[in-house]
Amino acid sequence: MEDVKLMKGNEALAEAAIRAGADAYFGYPITPQSEVIEYLMLERPEHRTGMVVLQAESELAAINMVYGAAGAGKRAMTSSSSPGISLKLEGISYIAGSELPCLIVNVQRGGPGLGTIQPAQADYFQAVKGGGHGDYRLLVLAPSTVQEMADFVSLGFDLAFKYRNPVMILSDGAIGQMMEKVYLPDQIERLTDEQIVEKYGSWATTGKKNRERNIITSLDLKPERHEKHNIHLQEKYKKIEENEVRFETIQCDDADYIIVAFGSGARISQKVVELGRKKGIKIGLLRPITLWPFPKDIINKLADQAIGFMSVEMNAGQMIEDVELSVKGKAPVSHYGRMGGMIPTPSEVLEAVEKDIANIKKLQEV
Amino acid sequence: MTTSVITPEEIIKKGTVVFKKTELMTNNTLSYCPGCGHGVAHRLVMEVIEEMGIGEETIGVAPVGCSVLAYDFMNVDMQQAAHGRAPAVATGIKRVYPEKYVFTYQGDGDLAAIGTSETIHACNRGENIVIIFINNGIYGMTGGQMAPTTLAGMKSSTSPYGRSIPTMGYPIKMTELVAHLPGVAYATRQAVHEAKYVRKAKKAIQKAFENQRDLKGTSIVEIVSNCNSGWKMTPVDANKWLEENMLPYFPLGDIKK
Repeated sequence: MEDVKLMKGNEALAEAAIRAGADAYFGYPITPQSEVIEYLMLERPEHRTGMVVLQAESELAAINMVYGAAGAGKRAMTSSSSPGISLKLEGISYIAGSELPCLIVNVQRGGPGLGTIQPAQADYFQAVKGGGHGDYRLLVLAPSTVQEMADFVSLGFDLAFKYRNPVMILSDGAIGQMMEKVYLPDQIERLTDEQIVEKYGSWATTGKKNRERNIITSLDLKPERHEKHNIHLQEKYKKIEENEVRFETIQCDDADYIIVAFGSGARISQKVVELGRKKGIKIGLLRPITLWPFPKDIINKLADQAIGFMSVEMNAGQMIEDVELSVKGKAPVSHYGRMGGMIPTPSEVLEAVEKDIANIKKLQEV
Repeated sequence: MTTSVITPEEIIKKGTVVFKKTELMTNNTLSYCPGCGHGVAHRLVMEVIEEMGIGEETIGVAPVGCSVLAYDFMNVDMQQAAHGRAPAVATGIKRVYPEKYVFTYQGDGDLAAIGTSETIHACNRGENIVIIFINNGIYGMTGGQMAPTTLAGMKSSTSPYGRSIPTMGYPIKMTELVAHLPGVAYATRQAVHEAKYVRKAKKAIQKAFENQRDLKGTSIVEIVSNCNSGWKMTPVDANKWLEENMLPYFPLGDIKK
């Protein structure tokens, strides 16, 4: 029987975590994502599935608890919002360097600094370009509905373990707080120790029974060896880029102008497409679902048919850099964004699109 | 493990094994300076784990500092933690594997400065883990900078005129501090610079691991140690200095049991 509920994005994600067979959640309260830990504490998943939920003393501690549990081979996760993610970056870099699978959720708010508790997408660079120190990548999933908040938990864990790499769900305060209908996934049993070894190998620190000891570390003082480790990481990232690009196209087939937008920005842009088409403007929407790896091939392909692109983001213009790199000069790329927790309306975006199209046509005439 | 009494005649007899390195220490050459207490402290921890027969169910956490490479020497499953975060990492491991043995091995900079919060809160939750705390009053790995435990007036590369209390604060007594927390089952201060101290330290480490076995909560074993390189002394002078200066401020013995 279908399990359909009306839920907040944060709650749907928390329920999905229990159902995904997560072993542990470590978190620290911060608006607008506190419902994740509140929901988990109320649900008592230790009785439902044996999942551990712990409120840490800080985001630093929480991400390092994730490091410990992930290093022990378990499905561990944490969630926070922008300022808290900044605190976690040290740990995230260690997790990436040590090749530990885990899930990190960022329900973004406006920055910089303490910023605001209203939604924003200003952590794009931080999420997709590394964020912490060193050459590393997170696999970044961008949900645009409450349904995807739920669906991406299980997907995120699967990808994390497939590549032994941290995965981030980059959401925002709007998706986290809004209520929508959500089809909840079936309960997946938590893996036993034997199943973990069978499925993912025996690299984790579980006590060296019947095998040589395992070590989880990101340190190597020998530069020759450490470069090899870095090359290995880069090869892994290349494989992820080749295999894990996800996106959605909305009315792109006949479009001569393309909006690129993710998360909340994509929800608004979908309305822009609808309004624009009513006026006879053939707008299409390309929604990256994975922000890293970025769907650059499809964007480059769309550049053969589109006269222009607009990156619609709730920030000062971050993803636009990746759109430009994908378009490779085939068409002009502009940006429309609001900052500081302001959410653009479809009509103001459409106005910007119309203005941009007029500009492009004027330039083409010259 | 029982040790049978060996007569002096047997000891000098060729081929008699009077001491054996525990299998839980690897054959890698220790990276510590000659005279450093880390080697003895490592051995004691691993001997206790071997004697309790828990080597296959133990996970250790190495810090940042001189013992960052502890996993090169400790022959059990190990995780290397970010600076100061070992108690949080240990919490993560212990919470998903409550039936296994988890310990951290940390220096004073790691545990008492950058990791103060993680230490206090792991202790306050009564995480059922063992914390081995090596206190040598200095940052050894980075080259002899002032530690939170550097004594008043003591010179280091970042207190070249001696630690000034009015501007640099007091050397912190972390073990006394966490002993106040109800989550802490056992807090003790030991030393390893002489045989008589080594024997006591081993007993303390054993008690700490037995506490974990018996689900008693956090056990912290501080070991006041030396750093002849950082202190810029010969190993012999360093041990003498430790006895005369460190021990009066950091007195040995159980603080909570």
